[in-house]
Order: sequence, then structure tokens, then C-alpha cells
Amino acid sequence: MTATAIEEPTLAGNAEPVALTQWQLFRRRFFKHKVAVVSVVILILFTIACFAAPLIAPFSNTDQDLLLGAVKPNATHWFGTDTLGRDQLTRLLYAGQISLKIGFAVALIATVFGTAVGAIAGYFGRSVEQALMRFTDLFLVVPALAILAIALKHFGRTDTVVILVLATLFWMYVARVVRGQVLSLKEKEFIEAARASGASRTRIIVRHVIPNIIGPIMVNATLAVAAAIITESTLSFLGLGIQPPDTSWGNMLSDAEGFTGTGQSYLLYAPGLAILLTVLCVNFIGDGLRDAFDPQSEKH
Amino acid sequence: MDNPTATDLPTVAVTGEPTRAPMIGPLLSVRNLSVSFSTDDGIVRAVDSASFDVMANETVGIVGESGSGKTVTSMAILGLLPKTAKITGEITFRGESLIDASERQLEQIRGKQIAMIFQDALAALNPVYSVGKQIAEAIRVHNPDVGKPAMRERCIELLDLVGIPNPTERVDQFPHEYSGGMRQRAMIAMSIANEPELLIADEPTTALDVTIQAQVLEVLERIQDRTNSAIMLITHDLGVVAGVADRVVVMYAGRQVEVGSVDQIFYEPRHAYTEGLLASLPRLDRRADKHSRLHRIVGQPPSLIFLPTGCAFHPRCPHAEVPGRCDSERPELVDVGPAHQSSCFFADRVAAAVKVDQS
Amino acid sequence: MLTYISRRALYSIPVILIATFLSFWAVRSTFDPTAKVRVSRTGARAAEQIRVRLHLHDSIFEQYGYWLGDAVQGDLGDSERTHEAVGTMMTRAFGNTLQLIGWGVLISALIAVALGVYSATHQYSKLDYTFTGLSFVGLAMPAFWFGLIAIQWLAVWPKETFNLNDPIFYSVGLHSGDQSGMFNLDYVRHLVLPVLTLTVLTIAEWSRFQRASMLDVMSADYIRTARAKGVPRRSVVIRHGLRNALIPLVTVVALDVGALFGGAIITESIFSIDGMGRLFIDSINAGDVQVLTAWVVVTAVFIVAFNLLADVLYGVLDPRIRLS
Repeated sequence: MTATAIEEPTLAGNAEPVALTQWQLFRRRFFKHKVAVVSVVILILFTIACFAAPLIAPFSNTDQDLLLGAVKPNATHWFGTDTLGRDQLTRLLYAGQISLKIGFAVALIATVFGTAVGAIAGYFGRSVEQALMRFTDLFLVVPALAILAIALKHFGRTDTVVILVLATLFWMYVARVVRGQVLSLKEKEFIEAARASGASRTRIIVRHVIPNIIGPIMVNATLAVAAAIITESTLSFLGLGIQPPDTSWGNMLSDAEGFTGTGQSYLLYAPGLAILLTVLCVNFIGDGLRDAFDPQSEKH
Repeated sequence: MDNPTATDLPTVAVTGEPTRAPMIGPLLSVRNLSVSFSTDDGIVRAVDSASFDVMANETVGIVGESGSGKTVTSMAILGLLPKTAKITGEITFRGESLIDASERQLEQIRGKQIAMIFQDALAALNPVYSVGKQIAEAIRVHNPDVGKPAMRERCIELLDLVGIPNPTERVDQFPHEYSGGMRQRAMIAMSIANEPELLIADEPTTALDVTIQAQVLEVLERIQDRTNSAIMLITHDLGVVAGVADRVVVMYAGRQVEVGSVDQIFYEPRHAYTEGLLASLPRLDRRADKHSRLHRIVGQPPSLIFLPTGCAFHPRCPHAEVPGRCDSERPELVDVGPAHQSSCFFADRVAAAVKVDQS
Repeated sequence: MLTYISRRALYSIPVILIATFLSFWAVRSTFDPTAKVRVSRTGARAAEQIRVRLHLHDSIFEQYGYWLGDAVQGDLGDSERTHEAVGTMMTRAFGNTLQLIGWGVLISALIAVALGVYSATHQYSKLDYTFTGLSFVGLAMPAFWFGLIAIQWLAVWPKETFNLNDPIFYSVGLHSGDQSGMFNLDYVRHLVLPVLTLTVLTIAEWSRFQRASMLDVMSADYIRTARAKGVPRRSVVIRHGLRNALIPLVTVVALDVGALFGGAIITESIFSIDGMGRLFIDSINAGDVQVLTAWVVVTAVFIVAFNLLADVLYGVLDPRIRLS
């Protein structure tokens, strides 16, 4: 018997009791959250579109047309072109590769690392825990944006560095959540039982603890995706993040900033909306996951 | 003044009050009260056609396991149920309907004519206000003109009345500085601040240890002697009811299963559930041999969404005839003695079983 | 209460020391203070002078010690970019940023409390759904993009459409050239867009937090007790509900002051306000070590001070903390 089967609710009374696994229950609740389901679909389509850019983009990523210059959105250039005559839809798709890659990679690294550290801290108790928490406190004392900017200056502003530096900042939030969950879980009977039956600590953490806190972990992962995408775009917008010729949505907006209030202000909308839509979808998915994993939270 | 107790209590709260009119008929009357909530999983029938009366100066015990509808009933009386609750039936207080009353009218009744003592006083008292402030608020809501010194005086007197030592200091302390028993006393002080005609006490002793329980119950009784309040004592513990109540209503799964005087309930129970409850009480008059282990009602209380058919108690009942009447026909509450009703098809079997046990 | 405050204050001293040391170390190891002079003709000698002046031959701990010793006497060094005293630059910049953050916190908190309380007391109403929807958008929107859109539609568009001489809301600086002071219309017209940009995220975040916190409190037993006493609904919501729901908000607000400094970097960059944020960007681009060092240390001290204030307020609001 696995630990995940423990808290299955049973329906009493006349209705034919249907045995549902935790996973089935979770899926049923998630699919009830229509907005989250739609968000999953949009996000997947969007991601495919970006990474299939070489196939579906109307122009080549390196195409410039200086003679054409900046034209407003039209049938050929759906989102218009910039002063260099670059097609904005094409740029948007290619920039999306970098923004999405950073978002997901940061979340993945931060979640795996944060979960590991959080589980260890929660399970092994005081000293590890204290060290971790004090360390996190330190990061709350200096504005994150400033730390990131300095770190990026230090290590160079490539996408790999951006990913690693952002992950370094975000794993602590995951670790804190996981630690809290593990602390409360540690006292539960089935963990005691596993311990009593001689299972090793690693085995208990991997087989019993982690599966039971997968919900909060996944919700936090979505938060990390959203925060990473926004933070990266902010840094790049300020010129402190991804450096050209690599381009993220933040860089596109940085280029467009100068056109605010001019005839080329249309350059502002597509990249901004791309960020907004992506982060909105990610957040809705997180919301759906939260409801699905923890039906109690629906009341709020 | 035909209310002699007014002189016993500090008089601040009663100044300018019209004298209580003598009551004819019950103080509180509940008729066919049903409360249901619709949830994602189905409709929860929390209370199902409850009918009972509380007379002036009477103590009625409402007994049942958690989920039997006791608390929901009391919330319905005060109009404190959430808007999602579907309420049908009649609740009248001094002949006037509480179901039809406006929120404003209810606000004037709450805390003034009907007051409530909640279980778990630590949660039921606001952590950020001193106990004195919270008592004062209860008074001020209904008597806005009481001055500060008089108010403080009154709060101290009330704390003193419920047996809080050193009330002059304690009045300024916060709930978390009180012990469990003292918090419950403070709760009582707050509820009697306006000398209500009906006190609803919801599990007032549950979280307390046995000696403190007894003290709190004793305070309740003393208060009743002074104020002539009627008390509706809600509890899962028949033992608590034994020494205090005049009459007892036993509830199971939202339904009343037996109503009678305290003696009838204790010595002549006519419902299998009451019998089970009684048998699970530790008793001094029973010989402690190996045959008289503490009895336990088998099984779990039913889900209020999927109630068993017929009598809701039949899956746990030792006398049930299944298949038969018990799982097909819903038993009505019928007279089984003077002012004694039960909703059991086999009340006589229960009676016989109790006789055997008592002899 | 006094012991409680002093205990918290004592605790924050090592936090400041360690955090500022790490920041100091990060800046010194990232930027080379001699980078600029080395390329010049007299480079080697000038560079050596700088090394001596900043004690770069010593360990990082000693460097920090020297720096801290000067700093507590008010000497933060000179900027390599402007050759001005860092202290003077910081004071000027800090004043402007403080105005932004001050108004930002005040306005966000007021709006968040109002929205949160309304949403919680009218759960699942149309407006509740609207506020929730808007907060989702607010949380998903990069603040800098919102700022640009706001300039486009609230500053430029009305001016061009209605042929105004001046925009209704300005998008550059905090004052027009000939104006100063904090209590005039000019100031307000300059302040609206930057404060909006700075607060869009905090309003969204705090109002959601306040809604959850308020819902939590409103389902507490003591709310039922208050209603059972006959306290009118409005009074229950404010005196019992809001009073308790404010306690956690205070902590969130204080912790977010750090994030607001980050927000100020964005806002000041977009609206060309001479504050800490712009100072940071200019300095990091120019590799201005002295300014950057002072910047991280001063913000750290400010944020810690705010956390301390939050602890104090927490104690004031919650007797359980105050008296334990």
C-alpha cells in the first residue's frame, strides 16, 4: 500500500461507493476548473508556436528591411515591423523561445533543488533548518532585483547565467514551503509506520514524503515560472538581463520603450501582451492545481 | 417589579427596561425545523423536522453526537446560519417568529433576550480585545448610554459573579492570559451581561477537564437561580445533562429520536440510541465485573448527505429488524409515556432490554 | 513591550551586518574600482592610489571594516562617475524614492484593504469576481509594461486627442522645472503615473491577501460570538473582522518594502525620476563601486528598519505577541 492511498475519502450510504485513486480525484477536480484547463491548452499552443518558429514564422529571424522601416500592423506584418524593418510576429515567436525557456528552466531547477533542500531541512530538523532559514532571511534584506543585476554583471548576461541566477533566488521559496509541509507530515502515522518498519530515511523521503507534498510543490513551481518570466523581462528591459543579439520579450519592450507616445507605439503591445498572457495562463494553472490538490482552498 | 432577581444583580443593565411580561406558553418554540445546505457532494440535511419547546426558567438538554444537528439548531434560533442554509419550519420566541424577523430585529434580540455561550472559549473570544472590553461591548450594544466607570464596575461585578478571582485586575487582561476554565466563565459572564431570558450553551464544558466542568456547570446553575433564565444546554455528554437539565431532547443525524424528562431519559429510555448513549456512560452503581465493560455504540454516525433509509439509526441498532420496518419506513416521534416521546418502532424492546440491564 | 522591541532590534543588528557584508563583497568582487583609471596614461599609478585608498590589498573583511568605519562617520566616499560625495548623492536620491515608496505603500494599503474587505464580505458577488479577475491581470503584468502603457494612454493620448498644452499626468520627473514642494497640483500630476506603476503589483497582491485573510477571520468563532452578542454587522466586520485581519497584512507590507525598492528601479527608470533606482542603474552601468556599495548597504538598513517597524506594529496590534 502506498502512502498516497491513505486519505481517500469514502462515500457512505446508498450511493455505490466508487474507489477513486488520489490521482483520479485530482484530475477530476482539475478539469472542473475550466479556466485552468483553457490555460493549459493556450500555454501548450503558445509554447509549440514559439519553438516551431523556424517552421511557422512568416519571416526569417534575421530578416531586416531597412527600406521598409517601421510599418503599422497589416496583412503581411500582423504585428507590424520595427524601424529596422524586422517583422514583429517573427521576433515575438523567437523571443518567446528565450522567455519561455528561462521561465520553465528556472522553475524546474528551483523546484528540484528547493524540494531537496526543503525536504532535508524539514526532515533532519533543527540545525539544517536554522541555517536555511537564516540564509533565506538574508536574501529578503536586499532588493532581489539589485542582487540579480549585480550577479548577472558578475557572471555575464547569457541565458544560461540568467537561468542559474534566477534559480538561485527562487529555490529558497520552494524550500521554505516544502520544509513546512514536511514538518507537519513527519508526525503523521504512516511515516511513523514506515520508520518503524525499518525503511531508510532516503527511502521515506522519496517514497512517502515527496508524493504527499507534490501538490504544494507543483503550485509553487507555477509561481516560479511566472516570477521568472516577469523578472527576466524586467531585467532585460532595464538592459541588465539578456544581451542582444539574443532577444527575449523584455528586450523587445526595451527596444520599444523609446517609441512610447509616438506613431510606433504599436510596438509596445505584442511583447507585453505575450508576457501577460503567458503569466496569466501559468497563474491560472497554479490556481487550478491548488484547488485540485486542496479542495479546502476552494472556499477562499 | 415582578422580577425579584433584578435586585440581586448589579442594576446597570436593566435601567429603563420594561418589566418582563408574565409568560403564557413556551418561551421558545421550535416547530418542524429543517435546515439543509447544498454542497458540491450533495444536500446536507443538518436538521430534519425538529420540534421542541423551552419553557421559562427551564433547562432543556439537547444531546447527540457531533453532526447530529444540535449546534445548527441553536444557530438557526439566533439567525446566525450562513445565507446558504435553507431553513424551513417555525421558530417563535415569546410568541413572535424569529424566522421572519429582520436582521435588525434579530440584532436586538441577540445577546439581550437570547444569549449564547460557545464551546472553545479561546476561539470564541476575540484575541485582540481585553475580556472586559468584550463584556462591555455586549452591554453597550444594547445600552449605549452606560458611562465608562459604570461599565467597568459592571464588568468587574459580572466577572466576580462567575467566580473569577481578582476581577479588578482580570478585567483588563486578554483571553490568552486566562486559563481554560476562566475563559469559559468569562464567556458566561458575557452572555449573562444583559440578563437574557434564554441562554443557549453550546458544549460549554467540552474542552475542560472534569473538575473544571463541574465548576462551570455549577456557575451556570447559580446564574439561573438568580436570573430565572431558561437554559438550552447543548452537549454530546449525557452525563453533563444529568445533574442540570429538566428535560432532554436526544438527536441523531439531524432528527429528534427521543424527548422526555431527565428521569425518563435516564431510567426509562425508549429509543435504542438513547439506550446506547446511556450504556456508554461510566456508572458508579454498576458492578465492575467482566460482564459490564463500558459499552460502545458500534459503527460511525452516518453521512448527512447519504442518510440510511428508514430509521437513520438502524445500521447501528441492536434491536433493528433488517430487512423490515427499520430500513424501509421512517419512524415518527410518538408518545411513549406522559410528556415522553420516542421515534423507535421497537420502544418496548428497548424498555425490556433496559429492565434486564437495571435488575 | 519595550523588551520586545529591543529584542527585535538587537536581533536585526547581525542580520544587517551579515547582509551588508555579503552585498559589499558581491559588489567588490564584481566591479574593479581601478578599471577606469588603468586605461589612462598615468593608469598604473592612479590605480595603485585607489587600491591604497580603498585598502584593496587587505582581505575583504578588513576592506569591509574600513568601509564601515568611514560609513558610520558619514563618509561614504566619492563617486567615480560624478566625483560627487556619495553621501550627498544618496540623500538626494533617497528623498525622491522615499516619496514614491511612501505614497505607494499608503495608497496600495488603503486600496487593498478596501477591496479585500469588500470582496470578503461580498464573496462570489459580481464585483468580487471583477476584483479577483483584475488582480490576476495585475499579478501577471510586468510593471514596466504597465508604466509604458499608462504613459501612452494617460499622458500622451489625451494630450494629442484634445490638443492640450500639457498632459493631464506628466511622465517625466516629480516636478515641472519651475515647481517644487509636495502640496501642489503639479506634484500630484507628476506623481500619479509613477505611483500607479509602482503599486499595480502591490495592490493586486495585497488585496488578494487581505481578502483571504479577511475571509479567514470572518469564519472565526469570535466573529460568531460578536454577532451572537447583537453587534451590528458593520461593526462586526470592522471592529472584529478587519481589526484582526490587519495583523498579517502589516507583515506582508513590511516585507514587500524590499520589493518596492526593486519596483522603484523600474519606475524611476521609466519616469526619469532622480531616485535610488536610477542611481542604481547608472552606477551599475558605469561600474561605480563606491555608489553601488553604499546603495546596497543603505537599502538593506532601510529594509531591516522596516521589518523592525513591522515587528513593532505586529506587537501593537496583537496582544498575544506583545505580552508573551
